[in-house]
Parts: sequence; structure tokens; C-alpha cells
Amino acid sequence: MKLTKAWTLLALGLAGAVFGTAAIAQKKYDPGADDKEIKIGQIGPYSGPASAYGTIGKTIGAYFDKVNAEGGINGRKLKYLPLDDGYNPAKTVEMARKLVEEEEVLLVFNPLGTATNTAIRKYMNEKKVPQLFTATGATKFGDPKNFPYTMGWQPPYAAEARIYAQHLLETQPGAKVAVLYQNDDFGKDYVQGFEEGLGDKAKAMIVSKVTYEVTDPTIDSQMLSLKASGATAFLDITTPKFAAMAIKKAAEIGWKPIHYLTNVSVSVSSVMTPAGLQNGVGLLTAAYVKDPTDPQWQQDAGMKDWLAFMAKYNAGASVTDNSNVYGYSAAQTMVQVLKQCGDNLTHDNVMKQAANLDLTLPMLLPGVNVKTGPDDFYPIEREQLAKFDGKTWVLFGKVYGR
Amino acid sequence: MDALMHQVFSGLASGCIYGSIALALVMIYQATHHINFAQGELATFSTFIAWALLQRGWPYWAAFIVTVAGSFVGGLAIQRLIVRPVERAPVLTNVIVFIGLLVIFNSLSGWLFDYTIKAFPSPFAQDSALATRFFSAHEVGSVLVMLCVLLVLWAFFRFTPIGLAMRAAAQNPESARLVGIRVSWMLAMGWGLASAIGAVAGMMIAPAVFLDPNMMTGILIYGFAAALLGGIDNPAGAVAGGFIVGVLENLLGAYVIGTELKLTAALLLIVATLTLWPNGLFGRNVVTRV
Amino acid sequence: MTARQRRIAWLLGALLLAAAVVLPFMVKNYRVFQFNLVLVYAIAILGLNILTGFNGQISLGHGAFFAIGGYAAAVMMDRFGVPYWATLPVAGVLCFGLGFLMGFPALRLGGHYLALATYALALAVPQLLKWKLIEPWTGGVQGIVLSKPEPPFTFRLLGQPLNADRWLFLFTCAVAVLMFVLAHNLLRGRIGRALVAIRDHPIAATAMGINLPIVKSTTFGVSAAYTGVAGALGAISVAFVAPDSFSVLLSISLLVGLVVGGLASIPGAIFGALFVQFVPNVANDLSKSAPWAIYGVLLIGLMYLMPTGAMGLLRMTWARWRPAAALDPKPDPALTTRRHST
Repeated sequence: MKLTKAWTLLALGLAGAVFGTAAIAQKKYDPGADDKEIKIGQIGPYSGPASAYGTIGKTIGAYFDKVNAEGGINGRKLKYLPLDDGYNPAKTVEMARKLVEEEEVLLVFNPLGTATNTAIRKYMNEKKVPQLFTATGATKFGDPKNFPYTMGWQPPYAAEARIYAQHLLETQPGAKVAVLYQNDDFGKDYVQGFEEGLGDKAKAMIVSKVTYEVTDPTIDSQMLSLKASGATAFLDITTPKFAAMAIKKAAEIGWKPIHYLTNVSVSVSSVMTPAGLQNGVGLLTAAYVKDPTDPQWQQDAGMKDWLAFMAKYNAGASVTDNSNVYGYSAAQTMVQVLKQCGDNLTHDNVMKQAANLDLTLPMLLPGVNVKTGPDDFYPIEREQLAKFDGKTWVLFGKVYGR
Repeated sequence: MDALMHQVFSGLASGCIYGSIALALVMIYQATHHINFAQGELATFSTFIAWALLQRGWPYWAAFIVTVAGSFVGGLAIQRLIVRPVERAPVLTNVIVFIGLLVIFNSLSGWLFDYTIKAFPSPFAQDSALATRFFSAHEVGSVLVMLCVLLVLWAFFRFTPIGLAMRAAAQNPESARLVGIRVSWMLAMGWGLASAIGAVAGMMIAPAVFLDPNMMTGILIYGFAAALLGGIDNPAGAVAGGFIVGVLENLLGAYVIGTELKLTAALLLIVATLTLWPNGLFGRNVVTRV
Repeated sequence: MTARQRRIAWLLGALLLAAAVVLPFMVKNYRVFQFNLVLVYAIAILGLNILTGFNGQISLGHGAFFAIGGYAAAVMMDRFGVPYWATLPVAGVLCFGLGFLMGFPALRLGGHYLALATYALALAVPQLLKWKLIEPWTGGVQGIVLSKPEPPFTFRLLGQPLNADRWLFLFTCAVAVLMFVLAHNLLRGRIGRALVAIRDHPIAATAMGINLPIVKSTTFGVSAAYTGVAGALGAISVAFVAPDSFSVLLSISLLVGLVVGGLASIPGAIFGALFVQFVPNVANDLSKSAPWAIYGVLLIGLMYLMPTGAMGLLRMTWARWRPAAALDPKPDPALTTRRHST
């Protein structure tokens, strides 16, 4: 009798040990994660000329505060470490190294800028630390074969431009197109996508391509050149300040082409209003998030939640700036990835879960989803065209994209 | 031909912008023989103050006058408190102090008013009688305002005793002191006037290029080029220089070198002017004793 | 300097050198990277000092030479496969040539005007780097991504291996020592005195037979060469160059470093570099919104309180401590900054 009891105890003990170790073995951690918290780094322009975009990083922080207040993710709190690079790629390198080597974060989330992300991509992949959901639409950041630890989030610029090309071919196949673009990666990416979208008609259709620099005081000269080319369609790839100038100038010189505006510069408060609301009537863009100034979402549950979040956790930020919708949605995507990771919080598993997403978010347009796969590192690819009616961007037509 | 005319007129319009900043620069140079690198940022800050007043519902011209007066006082204060202690110091020290001011005011504007662009109203309504085929009402209005400022300045220096005292203090401080002129207060007045002109320039420029803390960074260098081209001690020359630079920039950008090398063109213009026409096109030849 | 003082100086120098060699093995890689950048900035600031501190020609555009050196190194390494150490002399020579050429128009420009022209240069360079015609080499806005050079041999000290960062630090240290020694020798002798003479009394200097145009242009060239080499080292350390890294703010930072370290002071360049590297990070912690405002206040404050910079402060404290030693019968003319103490 005693022997059986002993054997049972031993068996139970062994079983307990085995299951115990198995249970403990289920929890896998890389530096940056433990039982209590997950360290998430971020790099953005909080000072200097691009610091208007700093509000995205702040909104993300506010959202993480909300998540922490509601219990965290799988019992762990999120520790958010945003650093300032002033939009200077050399500084971004330094900040990335600080986050990876000194702060030992689990991942770097939503670093902002194209040149800045290019500067750290090689390093992040060498160190095998995720450079996740980069805040740039440059097409090159969805390249799992060569850079498996880097992934974008928003619709790639080239894809958006292809949508404009597609729409133009559908509605005005004989149009002559003038292009104004910022002389950097952002501008060139769009132009390339647009030309791809037009295919072999590109050479015939594009009659004028003109650039501007961010240091230019005005773009009046460029606008005059474009009008003089006799174009009937206008691809306007400008950042907010210059978008406002372009819209205003086009109205002043009496040029009324079919005007496609990049989705980066559609904020009603910071672009359309300074430009003159009546000057923007008829403008076209491609959207993927709900615009807070659009009255059609007033009773929408997602919008109400967002407004409540902004009031409670992010009161200093503007509720008419859709950068804050961007930050909110990106943060939600991040939280989803971490939830999917469960107790396996390693760099590799973070990337694996990021490449395994299929969800919709409350502030994305109906029909737009977040979907990734091992070969598909472009989470959002669907957009819908919208036309400005003098007050807001009115959605129309179908949802383009894969 | 029509396109060319448009480019030229557009160049004249932006030339007005450069000319007004050049005027402020010339003002400081005439009074103190220093080039104020912070001029652009001071003008931007003044414009933000005006914007803040307008946001609170002040009528345009009230805000305009208060801003100009406030900028005058502000400029005076800056000279008295910050620039005067290093007046006698070598040029490098002064340059460093100006750069310090540039950086401080730029950050201050960004911190207080954030970096999103703001619309600044123009007192000249778009459909007023001033509008012509090639120029908008605002552009015509800005040119008129600038010419007014120029006229007032000329009258001030030519006909008022203080104006005379300022000219004397700038030309020959030692002798001026002997005659009883408070030279350092004259310098302070020079700064005050330059800041006031800068405020006017800022308020004329902002409706066209939108108000944000970095509004003047691109414009300042063209303003310098304009001031140098016109003669750094000649206010009318500064205005003329502004028009020339504006038209040149547009024509070169549209027809010759493309839009990508505008700043390089400005650089070459500055270097060429300084080497080939050091007194500018309209400046006076200054002879110094060895 | 007496023989005893010289021996102490050599001993100190040797100790510092030993410390520099051991340091990278005592701290983490990220710190090594930061110290590397400090050395890079120190060489750049030294270059600026030669021109502005010793020769009195104000340059607000040295960021341009930093950029040119960096891009020269990057293009050579990336497009032409040149080994990293070979890019330094080429960058130096290239920048010397360009600086010398800039020296000619600079001859006609004094004080503010030179500051203005160099400011315009600083503004124009980032745009120039994006120019379409040279894009096949410079990579345009995208910049050029480089690989960090691997150490040529294995080595362990204090239990830490010699990895790429540490090797780069030692390499940069060696280059820095070389350049500082060169500058010291150059500026201590006749040429140094000629530079200072031109700064203080240009007309008297000409009357004494100094060939002003040649000396001034050569100084510009040498200064540009130093900053160009620093730029090349910077490109190798950061392993990336892009036009956005070389804005006018870089030129202003170098000027700030110069002023903080002390005009006409060779060791001051190191203080200036430490300031430029670490203070922005500290200022960021204080206030994310206005770090540059703090920079500006420090600039103006230093001009009032400590115009001779950190080295001047050290010298003053040394003078107070050891007044006998301070009354050196043969003060070094090249290091005298009395004229500039306001």
C-alpha cells in the first residue's frame, strides 16, 4: 500500500514537473518582454520642420495608456519609448541603436519617414529586431524576402497612384496629364506608380512633370508652367503646405483640371480650409480611414469611440486632424499583433504574427481591411475614391485594391 | 508669350515678398552695420502674434497696428538687452548671437503655435477693385504697402531730426557722440524699425505662403540676395533687388535650370554679387581709411 | 614649456591614449558608437576652428564639406568598391580643393558677408545632393546604405571581443590623434602665427610680407579637408548618407561646438564635440518641444559668460590654482585669445 502511494505521489510529482516546465517553456521571451511588461520603441520627428507629424506618435502613446488602464495585453503592461530624430536619418540611426542596444526593446513601432526608415532598415534586420508598421507609404518597405523584419502599414504610395491612373483611364482616357511632385522619395514613388498604372499610354498622356523642393517659398512658377502645358488632368503630389498653395493658385489662375490629390494632404483643417474651401470643390483623392470632419460618420460607433478616446486620453490633440485617426488605427493593429503573440514574445514571433493578420478596424473605411501573409507585407491595400464637395470628402465608387 | 508674361508677373509678385524682407535687412545694416540672420524668424514670430490676435476676434487693422508697434518695442528691447552687450565684440560673436536668436525664435514659434500651417487673411479681398488680369488683389496691395513703407522711411530719414541723428550715428559714431547723440539708443531704434518692417513683411507674405514656423527659412536667403544685389545700404535698391531676384528665379526655374537647383542659383547669385558688384547695383562706394 | 612640463604632458598623453584604447571594451556597443561620433565631430570642429578661430574667417557652411566628405566616401565604397580607409585621403584632398576654390571669392568677403555666403552654401547643399544629374552615384533622396567594416583581426580585452563598432572607434581614434597632432604642429609654428596675424591685423600682416590670398585660401582648403575627413568617418560610422542628414542645422551645430569648446583652442574641439553629441539628447528629455531654443539660449549665454569657451574656463581655473605656472614667460601666440575675450 505504501509503495503504491509512493509511486502515485512520484508519478503525480513527475507529471507536475513535466507540465510545469512545459507551461514555463510556453512563455518565451526576447529582451524587451517579460511577465510584467512589453517594451515598444518608436522614433519620430518631435522637433524640427516635420514635427507636425509628431502628433501620430503622441496619439499612439495615448492609446497605449488606454490599453494599460484597461488591464494591458495578456496581463502585461505596455511600456512605450518614443524618441526624437528631428527627421534626420543620421539621428534615426542613433536612436534605433539606443532602443535596440540600450533600452533593449522588443520591437520598434511606426518609425516615421522614408529616408529615416531606409537608414535603419539594414541594422534592424541584422539585429533581427522588428521594424514594424513603418509610418511611410514607400513601396520598398514591403519586401519580406530581403528584409523579413521590416513591414509597412499604410497603403503604398505607388498603389494609390495606380488607383488614380486606373480611374483616369476609366473616365477620361484621352486626357493630358500634368504632374507636380515633391523632389524626394515620396514624390517619386507616386510618379512611378502612376506611370505603371497608365501602362504604355503613360508617355502619350503625361505632358508635363515638374518638381518642387520643401525649401521653395512658393510654387507659383511651377503651377504656371503646368497650366501652360495645356493639361486637362493634374496629379498633385504635395505635402500639406504645398497642397494648400497648389489648390489656391490653381483657382487663382483659373485652371480647372481633373485634380488628383495625394491622400497625405487631405486634412480639411490643415489643407482645405487654408486653401479656400470653395477652391477645393471637385478634387479627388483615395481614402482608407474615416475622416473626422465627415458628417456621415457622426452616428458611427467607431467614430464615437474614437472621439471618446481623444477626449479622455489625448485631449491636447486636434480632433479634426486625421493623423490622429492614423495613429489610433496603427496602434490598434499593434495591439492585435501582441495579443496574437500570447506568451511567446520573441522578435521572430512578433514578425510571424504580424505576417498573419486578417482584421478590420473601427476607423478604417467599410471595405478596407488589414491583411498580411508571409509573402504579403502590405497590411492595407484597399482604398476608395472620394470627392471634395466644399465641406468634406464624399466617398464614391468602388473600393479599389487587392 | 502669355506664359512668359505670367512667369514674369508672378516673379514680380514673389519679388515683392523678397523685397520687403530685404528692406528690413537693409534697415538693420544701415543702423548697425550688422547683418541680422534672425530677421526672418523675428518676422515670423510677429506674424504669429498678429494671427493670435486675429484668432481672438480683433479686427484686421487693429491687430496690424498693435503687432507693428509691439514688434518695434520688441526689436528695441532685443537690441538693448541682448545685442548691446556684444556690440563691441568681434563680428564672430555678433554672428553667433544672431544665430542664437534665430534658433530661439524659431523654436518659440513652433512651441507656442505648433507646426501645422495656418491661413492668414489678407486685407485686400480677392475681388476688390485692385485685382487686375495678371495680379491678384493681394499682390497689388502688398506692393502698394511696401512702397508706402519705403516712402515713410525715406521721409523719416530725410526730414526728421531723429532720422538725421540715426544716419549720423551709423556713419560716424564717435563724432555723433561728440554732438550729443545717444548712439546706442539710435542703434536700438534701428532694430526697432527693422523689426516693425519685418512684421509688416511677414503679414504681407503669410497670406500667400501660409503661416508656419518655417515660413521664412526659404525666403530669407532670397531676401539676402535681393538686399546684396540692390546695395546693402540702399532701401530702394533692396526693393528693386527683390523684384529682380523674383523675376530671375521664376524665369531661370521655368526655362533654364529647372526647379531643382533654385537654392544653388541663389547661392551663386550671392557669391557673384559679393565678388563682382560688392556695392550692389545701386549702392554707394564706401572708402575706408587704412 | 619646461622639460618637466613636457614630460608630464607626454605622460598624460600616453595615459589618455591607453584610456581611449580600453574604453570601448568597457561599455556597450551603443556608447562606443556615440563616442565614435564625438571623435568625428571633434575633427570637424577642429577644421572649423582652423578657419574661424585661428584665421577669423567666419563659416556658417562647414556642414557642406562634412556632406561632401561623407558622400565622397559613400560613393567610393558603394559604387567603386574602394576600401573604407582609402576613402579618407581622397575625401580630404577633394575637400581641400573645393575649400581652396571657395577661398578665392571669400577673399573679397569680410565678416558678415562671408557668413552670409557660407550660410547660403549650407542651405544649397542638401538640394544639390538631390540633383538628378548626379543621382546614379549619390542615390538621390534615398541616400546610400553602407556596410560597417569588419575588424581585420580578432582580439579580446576584458572579456569583450573586438567587433565592428570597437574597431571603428580605434580607427577613428587613430585618425583623430593624427589630425590633432598635425594641427598642433601646423598652428604652433610660423604658419599658425601668420594665421593669427591675418585674423587680428590683416593690413599689418600684408605689410609684413605674408601672402594674404594664398594663406587665406590655403587655410580654407585645410579647414575644409579636416571637415571632409570627419564627414567621411561619419559616413562610415553611421553606415548611411542621405541629403536630409546635412541640413543647415548641422553647420549651426558645428559652430555651436566651436564656440562651446573655445575659439582658437585645439583641445577645445573635443569639449565642443561632447556638447554637440550629448546635449541635444539631454535637452530632449527636458522639453521635447523646444530643444533648439535651449541650444540658442546656451549659445547666447556662452557668448556673454564664457566667450573663450570651455578651454578658456579651464585656463582661468588653472590660473587661479597655480598662478606661478600661469605666468609662463613665453605664452603661446597661436593659442592666445586675449583679444577676443570681451
